[in-house]
Amino acid sequence: MAKPAPKRRKKTPTRAKATAQSMAGQQREISVSEFFTKNRHLLGFDSPTKALLTTIKEAVDNALDACEEAEILPELYVEIVSTGENRYRIIVEDNGPGIVEAQVPRIFGKLLYGSKFHRLRQSRGQQGIGISAAGMYGQLTTAKPVVIESKTNPREPGRHFELVIDTLKNEPVVKKNVEVDYEGWKHGTRVEIELEGIYKGGRRGVDAYLQQTSLANPHVHITYKDPKGEQSVYERATDELPEPALEIQPHPYGVEVGLLLRMAKATKSRHLKAFFQNEFSRVGPKAATSIVEGAGLKTSTSPKRLTGETAERLIASIARTKIPSPPTNCLSPIGEEQLVASMKEQIDADFYTAVTRSPSVYRGNPFQVEVGIAYGGSLPADELATLYRYANRVPLQYQAGACAASKGVLQTNWKSYGLQQSRGALPSGPLLVMVHIASVWVPFTSESKEAIASYDEIIKEFKLALQQAGRELGRHVKRRARERDEAKKRAYIEKYIPHVGIALQEILGLSDRQEKKIVDTLTDTLERSRKI
Amino acid sequence: MAKKRSTTRNPRSTRDRCKKAQATAVLAQIDREARDVERKILAHEKPSMKFPIRSLSNVTYRPARGFFQLLRKKKERTLTVGTVKTFAQTLRMMALSKQLVESDDIATKREAYYVSKNWDDARFKEQPESDAVMEDVEALFEVNREQLGFIPEEKGGDVAGELVVIDHDRETGEELRIDCTRFGSGAYSIPISVEDLRFETNAKFVLAIETAGMFQRLVKHTYWRSANCILISLGGVPTRACRRFIRRLSDERRLPVYVFVDGDPYGYSNIYRTLKVGSGNAAHINEYFCVPKARFLGVTPEDIIEYDLPTHPLKEVDIKRAKDAIKNDPFIQHHAAWRKALEKQIKMGVRVEQQALAKHGLNYVIDEYLPRKMANTRAFLP
Repeated sequence: MAKPAPKRRKKTPTRAKATAQSMAGQQREISVSEFFTKNRHLLGFDSPTKALLTTIKEAVDNALDACEEAEILPELYVEIVSTGENRYRIIVEDNGPGIVEAQVPRIFGKLLYGSKFHRLRQSRGQQGIGISAAGMYGQLTTAKPVVIESKTNPREPGRHFELVIDTLKNEPVVKKNVEVDYEGWKHGTRVEIELEGIYKGGRRGVDAYLQQTSLANPHVHITYKDPKGEQSVYERATDELPEPALEIQPHPYGVEVGLLLRMAKATKSRHLKAFFQNEFSRVGPKAATSIVEGAGLKTSTSPKRLTGETAERLIASIARTKIPSPPTNCLSPIGEEQLVASMKEQIDADFYTAVTRSPSVYRGNPFQVEVGIAYGGSLPADELATLYRYANRVPLQYQAGACAASKGVLQTNWKSYGLQQSRGALPSGPLLVMVHIASVWVPFTSESKEAIASYDEIIKEFKLALQQAGRELGRHVKRRARERDEAKKRAYIEKYIPHVGIALQEILGLSDRQEKKIVDTLTDTLERSRKI
Repeated sequence: MAKKRSTTRNPRSTRDRCKKAQATAVLAQIDREARDVERKILAHEKPSMKFPIRSLSNVTYRPARGFFQLLRKKKERTLTVGTVKTFAQTLRMMALSKQLVESDDIATKREAYYVSKNWDDARFKEQPESDAVMEDVEALFEVNREQLGFIPEEKGGDVAGELVVIDHDRETGEELRIDCTRFGSGAYSIPISVEDLRFETNAKFVLAIETAGMFQRLVKHTYWRSANCILISLGGVPTRACRRFIRRLSDERRLPVYVFVDGDPYGYSNIYRTLKVGSGNAAHINEYFCVPKARFLGVTPEDIIEYDLPTHPLKEVDIKRAKDAIKNDPFIQHHAAWRKALEKQIKMGVRVEQQALAKHGLNYVIDEYLPRKMANTRAFLP
């Protein structure tokens, strides 16, 4: 073993001592936008390739969320236009409900603004950070404004906006706001962002993202034009919209001090007991009393008077209180039938199966896991299986190694389903595995939403779903192997029996008819004996 | 032809008649087996054939009879999915044999393999496969493969020394006297079939030698003259013809047969043992194709020490072969002397070649080794 290098003594550079006054001169509020420009990797803009993909992703996520909330069958148009070396204009257009004029600047020009962060509801976006961050990235790299066109009412014209973000103030600056309309345009939103980026194909590229999106969203129709001008269309596999996801109140088990304080400040309840009963799911009068009194507080205390210290006591008291699990009817999985239909539409395989587990709960958040499997056909037979990971129907293309879904697949013993699998690797064979988690709050390992955090409850559900689907697959694989074996044996018999006939004919001088009878009888005898 | 047949003096006519009877018997056997298969098939049964097991596990050694005698263990080959190919090949081999015997033709083992190339899917991939099927048929009918019309392509072995072989001209039938002293630096080659040959000799013994190299040395220095003997080169494990040739010399001329091979397990338990008592593979013909009276001259493990011979370490396969012989070979098991010799060799961990004697001078083998050995033939291993 190598010895650790001896520690070098730190040299302290000589410099003028800072005073509280001089330091105060440097201390100032850091705007969210400024924070982002320095930490763009946290949001998925760490490389030009990823920046382009993330921008499309954020725009598509928003478009789909909007359509579904308005119960409109989504019709998407995505285009990437090359505008120079490593420079592209991204266009994403939807047929959603549109955005009212007053909201447009804030949604696209202010970070952390949106409808999603403040509620618990299964949706693609969670933090309201994505699209404005994409716009800011574009602005930083090309100095071009974000262009938004939106129309909410078929009988009125739409609006054309050009926005920039004041990165210091985290405020939108409207450069242009004019009326716009097109023939046959009923409602919807169109976003254009120009940015510096690199367009790549392959498994982590835009094409793969759209294909995987279409696979997990069989109700979506996507038209896509790539930078070369080639157009591809992802057809719908179903005309049924997913069941609308219901909004739920937070469950006490999932609440942390910060959120508790924020909710306490915002609530209209005047007593702590009422606050818990009204703002949280599954908290009745008894549980509410128990939580408050367990923290040594009075039920009649005003929530506004909560401090960090009392909030912490409340959290500890919540953990000691028995509260029923949150409602799980708020989730909207893809569904076994839809998963199979979607795979059949897109993937040429011999066998399809899907499993949707019953909802489960981690830290007070309901979640539900689904698995889809396609096997055989034109899937590559001598490569490792393909794994598509999804969170709330959004494909996750990076950080597979850190993701709970990957762990679930790797920890499943695929050998018992008739597949080959090296230690610690994906199974090999003509296999596609889709793994989906739907939740009101998907726990990602980072803000860039690339990998699902490894909660035991979640990995366990992934594994159970994979095993259930795996067993189906195993039955199919074994049946196929048996059929192949049968066919081989049959061909083998048919190959050599004629020679028994020829030899006997030669030795015994049989007629052709006698010889044929021998071959037929023997074939029949062997076929029969094989089936028993 | 008719004229010849009427000549009662023609020595070949009796043999011809005998051959004809044999041929008829073989044809009947082939026919019977095929009928049996046909009958079972038509009765919706799975046909089967019973073959004697061709291995050392199915022979016994009785010193009184002097050879490996076939036991009654059989393997039944029933026509199933797994065996259909070999089964079909066996029947086709029998059909080929029938055709050969009927037309009084022959095919070498290799030719038979090439004939199968016309059998489409039932063809043999490599010759060992066709040889094995041929040997199965041979054992099934308990006949020599020549009777089935198949002949080996290897020659029998080389002969030099005090022997006159009496053969006949293939065309005229005229008697040919072949004097084995008159081949100079060459040798007489044992034909594939030796039954028709007759012998004249005044030699005192037969010396059977494993390697061509040692045979050459003894021929060059006309050892056969000074020792008054017949030298026969075995060229490895002796062929059936060679075994039969030596056997007839041993039986008819009452000549002692001494065997001189490399000092390794292959020389002992494969070459010498096969010459003396036959093989497990074609045990049904051992009775005629072995030399029970043969004795082992050398090179023995003892000789390595006694003559201070240079050695090579035993290879993995040598050790395995020796251990296998001690465990499974009925001949070795029967003779304590042989068991001890093999055990000794394993313990010494070395093997020695015939030609290692050259260490003491090229003609040491002629001047010293063989005379000293021949002075005490009773000490030879059984």
